[in-house]
Amino acid sequence: MTNTPTTANVKTPARRRWSRRRINNTLINLLALLILLLFALPAVWIIFTAFRPASEINVKPPIWIPQRLTLDAFESLFGLNPNYASGIPVMNYLRNSTLTALIATTIALSVGTMTGYAFSRFEFKYHTAVFLLIMLSRAVPGVALGLPLFLLMRKYNLVDTTHGLAFVYAAINIPFTAWLMDGFFRQIPKELDESAYIDGCGYWTAFWRIDLPLALPGMAAAGIFAFLASWNEYQIASLLTKTPKAKTFPVGLYDFTSQFTVDWRGMTAMSVLMIIPAVVFVILIQRRLTEGLTFGAVKG
Amino acid sequence: MARSDSQSQTTAADKRISQPKRSSYYRWKTWFPLLLITPAIIIILLVVAYPMVYSVYISFTPYNLLRPDTTLVFSVDTMFRNYERLLGNKVFWRSVLNTVIFLAVTVNLSFLIALALSQLMARVTRGQGIMRTLLMIPMMFAPVLVGFQFAWFFNATVGLVNNALLGLGIIQQPKAWLVDVPSGMISIMIASIWMNVPMLTIILLAGTLSLPREVFEAAEVDGAPAWQRFRHITMPLLRPFTLIALTVLSLDVARAYDIVRIMTGGGPANRTEMIWTYAGRLAERDSQYGLASAMSMVGVVLGVLFTLYLFRQLIKSRVVY
Repeated sequence: MTNTPTTANVKTPARRRWSRRRINNTLINLLALLILLLFALPAVWIIFTAFRPASEINVKPPIWIPQRLTLDAFESLFGLNPNYASGIPVMNYLRNSTLTALIATTIALSVGTMTGYAFSRFEFKYHTAVFLLIMLSRAVPGVALGLPLFLLMRKYNLVDTTHGLAFVYAAINIPFTAWLMDGFFRQIPKELDESAYIDGCGYWTAFWRIDLPLALPGMAAAGIFAFLASWNEYQIASLLTKTPKAKTFPVGLYDFTSQFTVDWRGMTAMSVLMIIPAVVFVILIQRRLTEGLTFGAVKG
Repeated sequence: MARSDSQSQTTAADKRISQPKRSSYYRWKTWFPLLLITPAIIIILLVVAYPMVYSVYISFTPYNLLRPDTTLVFSVDTMFRNYERLLGNKVFWRSVLNTVIFLAVTVNLSFLIALALSQLMARVTRGQGIMRTLLMIPMMFAPVLVGFQFAWFFNATVGLVNNALLGLGIIQQPKAWLVDVPSGMISIMIASIWMNVPMLTIILLAGTLSLPREVFEAAEVDGAPAWQRFRHITMPLLRPFTLIALTVLSLDVARAYDIVRIMTGGGPANRTEMIWTYAGRLAERDSQYGLASAMSMVGVVLGVLFTLYLFRQLIKSRVVY
C-alpha cells in the first residue's frame, strides 16, 4: 500500500512527457500531410480538369470547386462525339509511344543487364574508365545529341520513323540501366558463382541460370525506368519526328496549341492518358523503388 | 589407409584434368566480360559518340541547312568562326549566365527542400503510406506535362495563380508572370523544383530510415542538441545517399529544357534564354547548324565536367562504405 503513491509520483511526469511527445508527433504528422497535399495539388488539379465540362474551365469568374464530372474531353479526344471531334490523331500517338518505348526498353534492358553484370563481376583493363565513359554518354543533353542525329539519320531515311527513334532511346537508356543492374548484381553473393564454377558451370551458364533469375526484380525496376524515360522523352522526339507517322505523346501535346490560344481541356485529357503507365508502375513498385536506387551504391 | 590413398589420387587426377580447363577458364575470364559489354559499346559509339564527333566537325563549318552551298565547307582559316561569333554574341552570354543561375538555384533549392521534407517525413508516425503516395504524384508527370501545367498556372489571362491572387485581393491587376523580368525565371525554377523534389526526397528518406538508431540514442543521452545531431551525425551518414540524389538530379537537369521550351521558349526577348533553348532555336528556326553545334559543344563540356565531378565523388564514397 505504501508503494502505490510512490509509483504514482514517478509516473506523473513521465506521462506528461509522453503526452507532450504525442502532441509533437501529431503536429509533425499534420504539417507533413499539409505540405504534401499542397505539393500534390497542381497535379491533382490537372487530373480533375480533364474530367470537368468546358463550361467550368477558364471562365470568369473562376469556378474553383468542380461542380460536375464528365468524360466529354475524352470523347472529343478519341473522336467518339462527331460534333466535337478534336481531329488529333491520338491513336497514332498511342501506338507510336507504346511501340517506341517497348522496343527501346527491350534493347536497353538486355544490353544494359549484360553490361552491368560484366562490371559487377569481373575485373578487366580500364574497368572504371570504360564505366565512366558509358555513364558520360548519358550526360550528353538531348538537344546536343538530337541536332547531329537529325542530320545523320536524314541520310539513312530514319527521321520520322518509329524504329529510328526507338533505337536512339535504347542507346540513351543503356547507361542508367547498366548502372542500376551493376548495383543489383553486387547484391548477389559472389560465392554462388564460385560454387557454380567449381561444379563445372561456364561463365555464361552461371550468368544465365544463377545470377539472372536472382536479379529479375532489379531488371523489372530498371525496365520501368527505361520505359518511362522513353515514354516521356521530348527533346529528341521533337527533333526526330515530324508527322503523326512517328510523333509520340510529348510531341503531340503541341497539337493543342495554336498561335494565340491553347485548348487546355484537351491537353489535360491527353495528359491523363500519358500518365497511365506511370500510375500503374508507381503502384506496382512503390516499395521497391527506393531499394533499387539506393542498394548498389551503399553496399557495393 | 587405402581410402586416403584413393582420395589423394583423385585430387591429383582432378588437378591434371582441371589444369587445362582452368587455363581456358582464365582465358575466358578476360574475354567473357569484354564480350558482354561489346553490344553496349557498339550502340553507344553509333548513337552517341559518332553524332557527337560529327557535331564537333559541324561546329567548325558554316553549315546552314537551307543553303546547300555552305554545307560542310571546312577550312582551317575559318574553323573557329562559329566560336568567335558566339564569344561576341550577347544572347550567348546571357544564355550561359541564365543557365548557371538556373542550375545553381534549382539544384540547391531542390536539394534543401528535399532534405527538409525527408527529415520531416522520417519523423511521421502515422500515414507514411498516404504521404509517400502523395509525394509520388508529381513523379508521374513527364517534364513536358510539367511545363504545360505551369505555363497554364502562370498564364496572364486564364492562369490559376492570377485568379487566386486576384480573388484574394492580393493583386489588383493580372500579372504577366512569364513575361516580366525576375518572375519569368522564378516561374520556371518553381516548375523545375516541383519536378525534382519528389525523387530526391524519396532517396534521402530511404537513406534516413536506414541509418542506425543507436547512434542517435547515444547522442541524445549525451545531450547533443537536435541541430548538432543533424549536422554531425545525420549529414555525414547520409553522404552516399546525398551523392546518389545529386547524380540522379544531374541526369535530370538537362530535361529542364522541356520546361523552359514550353513555358517561355527562352523569350520574351531572350529573358529566359538558356544554352539549350538557344541552340535549339538556332538550328530549328534559323537552320544555322554550324553555330548551333558550336553552342551545344559549350553545353556538353559544361555538362560532362559536372557529371564527372559527381561520379568521382560517388566512387570515392563507394570505397569508404
